[in-house]
Amino acid sequence: MTASVSSATSDARTGADGSSSDTEKVLARARDVVGATELDDTNLARYLHGLPGVDKVGADGRAAMLGTRSIKTTAKQWALDTIVSMIDLTTLEGADTPGKVRTLAAKARTPDPSDPSCPRPAAVCVYGDLVHVAKDALAGTGVKIAAVATAFPSGRASLDVRLADTREAVAQGADEIDMVIDRGAFLAGQYSKVFEDIVAVREACRADGAQAHLKVILETGELATYDNVRRASWLAMLAGADFIKTSTGKVQPAATLPVTILMLEAVRDFRELTGTQVGVKPAGGISSSKDAIKYLVAVNETLGEDWLNPDWFRFGASSLLNDVLMQRSKMRTGHYWGPDYVTVS
Amino acid sequence: MSARLDVRKTYKLFIGGKFPRSESGRTYKVTSDDGAFLANAALASRKDAREAVVAARKAQPGWAGATAYNRGQVLYRVAELLEGRRSQFVEEVAAGEGIKTKAAEAAVDAAIDRWVWYAGWTDKVAQVAGAANPVAGPYFNLSVPEPTGVVVVLAPQSSSLLGLVSVLAPVLVTGNTAVVVSSEKRPLPAITLSEVLATSDVPGGVVNILTGRTAELAPPLASHMDVNAIDLTGTVGAEGVAWGELEAEAAGSVKRVVRPRDSEPDWSQIPDGPRRILAFTETKTVWHPKGM
Repeated sequence: MTASVSSATSDARTGADGSSSDTEKVLARARDVVGATELDDTNLARYLHGLPGVDKVGADGRAAMLGTRSIKTTAKQWALDTIVSMIDLTTLEGADTPGKVRTLAAKARTPDPSDPSCPRPAAVCVYGDLVHVAKDALAGTGVKIAAVATAFPSGRASLDVRLADTREAVAQGADEIDMVIDRGAFLAGQYSKVFEDIVAVREACRADGAQAHLKVILETGELATYDNVRRASWLAMLAGADFIKTSTGKVQPAATLPVTILMLEAVRDFRELTGTQVGVKPAGGISSSKDAIKYLVAVNETLGEDWLNPDWFRFGASSLLNDVLMQRSKMRTGHYWGPDYVTVS
Repeated sequence: MSARLDVRKTYKLFIGGKFPRSESGRTYKVTSDDGAFLANAALASRKDAREAVVAARKAQPGWAGATAYNRGQVLYRVAELLEGRRSQFVEEVAAGEGIKTKAAEAAVDAAIDRWVWYAGWTDKVAQVAGAANPVAGPYFNLSVPEPTGVVVVLAPQSSSLLGLVSVLAPVLVTGNTAVVVSSEKRPLPAITLSEVLATSDVPGGVVNILTGRTAELAPPLASHMDVNAIDLTGTVGAEGVAWGELEAEAAGSVKRVVRPRDSEPDWSQIPDGPRRILAFTETKTVWHPKGM
């Protein structure tokens, strides 16, 4: 496996100059942060296990405290519009058809037909083989296409397969790639394998002049402890993730507020240390406006306004949009809205 | 002379089969007709009303999907439980409405009988209100009444149990789910009914009971886009409520509206037919080719 990693890396190095220097920069930064010349399991483990431990009770308590903030009137209006613009409208089912993806794209194009002032969601997130359908349907709208790749959702395939998966999605025109990490390797302490995987996928995202953003899914529901979430966040950022994302949405628990806050703290500390800003995307299980507003509060409290826009914070969700639209209509018209009056997605 | 302290009750709402406090945290004093303290009841807010509609909407397909026979059995079982709580209802009705025990007993008996009467209608209403229509072609043409969906019931202000049963039971018969705003000054029989329903086989969310000010709860419910019908019976004698305004609000989502009478009707009369049931139904007509 290690051999194939290095060959993939060297291919890219000889293939495109831009991506190779980019990879070099990431590796150099990682060496610098870790404080070792060799990014092997031992050195990465030494660094990651040296990160301060997480006080679980404290983290849960802080999340619960932030969840009690009351957001009303104009602040709520702003929050609802911002949430819409941050949504990655997602469909990741085995039964996804081109028609279903086009329906979703139509929803992204015109989220609320009764209100032209409603912003569009940030992106539509689909499986890699349906990228071209979404791309056609969303041409000229500014809505980005995100594709899940690397043997989503389990990630249990050889690196070659996962890279091929990524390249295909990028070639079809995906603007963003949501990759899953190898949780088995991470839990077994093979940090360098996870690290090299991410580096290789990042190269595939940027090969041949492509500029696909890389979101790294940690699948926090499978990482067992908050300490592991913090380590995985740092590992992903060191390997060059543009975004770190909580979950695939296929595993319970998916995104939770304490876990997201933990990741927000990680990106904050990472920027302080390296100057590089990384985005955060909670995904799965956020279905009401009320919950989504709690996340915005957490972003503002932990990171400040720098992250309060769709370039740096996203929601991976499908049913959230309808709830936000109903809340927007409630604020606009003054009466409670029903699901009969929003389009199906 | 007993030295025992009074156990003063503070009741809660009934939403989605659970008994939550009002989101607003408010309560109000319920007094008997002559002003003596009876209990504290939750003073529901419009957000509680919204939650109740969500619960009712969620429960509606399941309740409508049960067979008419099954709904009848479930409702009949409620009557059995009402019978078991008879003395409690009599006490509450007598205190709240300021009537003699004998009159209260008569009202409670009538309420239980009314519930049984409506329970019997579940598997009969389609025969009475449905039809095989003659059409000019080789088709069967069948009309059947179907539930309209989520119904808001503003319960009568004076008749706190018999009136309540007379407006709630017909809504449930065909498979609607209900959000009930109880009598403002006499909510105790409604609260006890919610305890009955919670221990019966009626699924959670089919009946949701809000106690509080009709004037506060009715407008957001009348304008709620996810409510299919509203019964305005309880606007008679409610403080600060103009039913015409509520009807206008309800028009925004083309709700079915049952208008109130000029004064509260005499509930002791047995209904002269399934009018109240049919007020909350939609007629579905299907064509089917003959002779296949």
